[in-house]
Amino acid sequence: MKFARIIFANLLRKKVRLLLTIGSFAVALFLFAFLSVVNDAFQRGSDVAGADRLVIINRTSIINTIPLSYRDKILRIPGVKVITHNNWFGAIYKDEKNFFPQFVIDPENQRQVFTELLVSDDQWNAFLKDRQGAIVGARTAERFGWKVGDRVPLMTTIYGSGTWEFNIDGIYHGKNPLDDETQFWLQWDYFQEHLSDRNKGQVGWYVLRLNSPDDAVGVSKAIDDEFDNSPYETRTETESAFAAGWVKQFGNIKILIISIGSIVFLTLLLVTGNTMAISVRERTPELAVFKAIGYSDRTVLFFVLAESLIIAVIGGALGLLVSIGIVPLIAQKLGGLLPALILSPSTLVLGLILAVFVGIISGVFPGLNAMHMRVVNALRRV
Amino acid sequence: MVKVDGSGTKGLIQVRDLDKTYRRGGEEIDVLQGLNLDVEAGEFVAFMGPSGSGKSTLLNLLGGLDVPTRGSITVAGDEITHMSSGRLTQWRARHVGFIFQMYNLIPVLTAFQNVELPLLLTKLSKAERHAHVAAALGIVGLSDRMHHFPRQLSGGQEQRVTIARAVVSDPTFLLCDEPTGDLDRKSADDVMALIEELVGKYHKTVLMVTHDPLVAARANSILHLDKGVLVEGRPAPHMSSAGGIA
Repeated sequence: MKFARIIFANLLRKKVRLLLTIGSFAVALFLFAFLSVVNDAFQRGSDVAGADRLVIINRTSIINTIPLSYRDKILRIPGVKVITHNNWFGAIYKDEKNFFPQFVIDPENQRQVFTELLVSDDQWNAFLKDRQGAIVGARTAERFGWKVGDRVPLMTTIYGSGTWEFNIDGIYHGKNPLDDETQFWLQWDYFQEHLSDRNKGQVGWYVLRLNSPDDAVGVSKAIDDEFDNSPYETRTETESAFAAGWVKQFGNIKILIISIGSIVFLTLLLVTGNTMAISVRERTPELAVFKAIGYSDRTVLFFVLAESLIIAVIGGALGLLVSIGIVPLIAQKLGGLLPALILSPSTLVLGLILAVFVGIISGVFPGLNAMHMRVVNALRRV
Repeated sequence: MVKVDGSGTKGLIQVRDLDKTYRRGGEEIDVLQGLNLDVEAGEFVAFMGPSGSGKSTLLNLLGGLDVPTRGSITVAGDEITHMSSGRLTQWRARHVGFIFQMYNLIPVLTAFQNVELPLLLTKLSKAERHAHVAAALGIVGLSDRMHHFPRQLSGGQEQRVTIARAVVSDPTFLLCDEPTGDLDRKSADDVMALIEELVGKYHKTVLMVTHDPLVAARANSILHLDKGVLVEGRPAPHMSSAGGIA
């Protein structure tokens, strides 16, 4: 490209300004990538939820429990294939910051309902035979360096006080890259042994698998009707609706992130647009010379747009590269506080498209001004 | 011969009944009025006149940088007054070499790269472009400064680079707007000697605006502009004929 030398010479004429503008793009694109990753993490629950799974909680609140005796009644409702139940354990490993979700599970049916979370048969059988056994997700095991055979103490915060000891009998992996690998599963029986009589036989929530996803509405209604006017009324919804409701408890994350992202990009647009406008204004006589000696209006517009685009692409790529390096470190620091922070290729592509868009918009108006300026007037400004 | 009465028939440049009116506020200012001019190939014409007499306006019109209010300009058979902006740009690239008072070099490009600019619009190969640029810089005596940036050159050298840029694409004619206006006498003499060489040795047609009578005296013909009207001046005494150098 024979004009490349002209474009790059112009770009490099004010190096500090160039670096600052590229830096603005880099920071904005890093923020975009990070906010997208956080948003993805919150939205992912509903995205990866099983289409044929329903969650049943106490209508009052998820904190309130439901009797174990409901299980058989629910199983009798047509359309229900298999059911399991969970309780929130909520213990601490050494320090409060070492958060990860722990669930009391029903070993008999857990694997039939959550078919995407895979444990080898050997490890599962060892778990079934071990009252103090635990199955832990691969991410959490990696985070704390746990291996099969390790003994792990957890300090309870909900069920009295004291430390509960567990044997790591197995490590589960998600079938899909986005499956949650942070959970810690413990035995229902071991859990029950430590509870007061008042709390025994109560589950946190049920999760069931349907014969067909098409039955979701009918089965949900049938379950809630079944327990209507009972001391433990239920609310049944699809797993994705449940996950979306869970995310909503944190506030409208998506709107928040879109708002912050929009402000960042609007600011970037103003900064870059202003920089390009100043740059073109400073060079008005030079651009007039180009036009005088035969460079067309379109070529002059191309020079300005190319500069703007190069800044945008370099800055944008830099920001995204930094995010590729830093997001995993942040994810590591956050531990289990948020679901897995994964920077997807689509986020990177979208980020680059946004950078190019801002580059074009910020260059197009100064470029059009340069394109339409009258050579005679511009030359007088020397 | 240069003529200003509209009687010429074989001139390289023919200007007929040229008017240029500017509107400033609510007032109309007639800068050029019914101007006629015939310039033959190889002539070196100087335009003189007081400030605001319309010298630069005439130069801008002849160079296709501005459009007249009325009248016509024909250069080498092309009537440029009715060309679209795009065609006029192409025409300028092919036919006009500009030499400005303030040099107007691109500061971030070397002398070589500045001179190469007009050639980037042609289909010449890189090697051909390099040969042309080297030749142009050789003519102006700056072969040893081709990789210097404008800030590393003196005013006279910068103006010589501008001249090299103006001639590198071998245009039909050169337009010089106060080419020595920003130079000391020695540098001005060097630049004028170079322009004389372009006329005498390379048979270039040069139209020059100047305030300086000594500079104007080096042209074949001097024309005076006063209140928008051209008045024929005498040939410079040391010039024997059009294209000749004393």
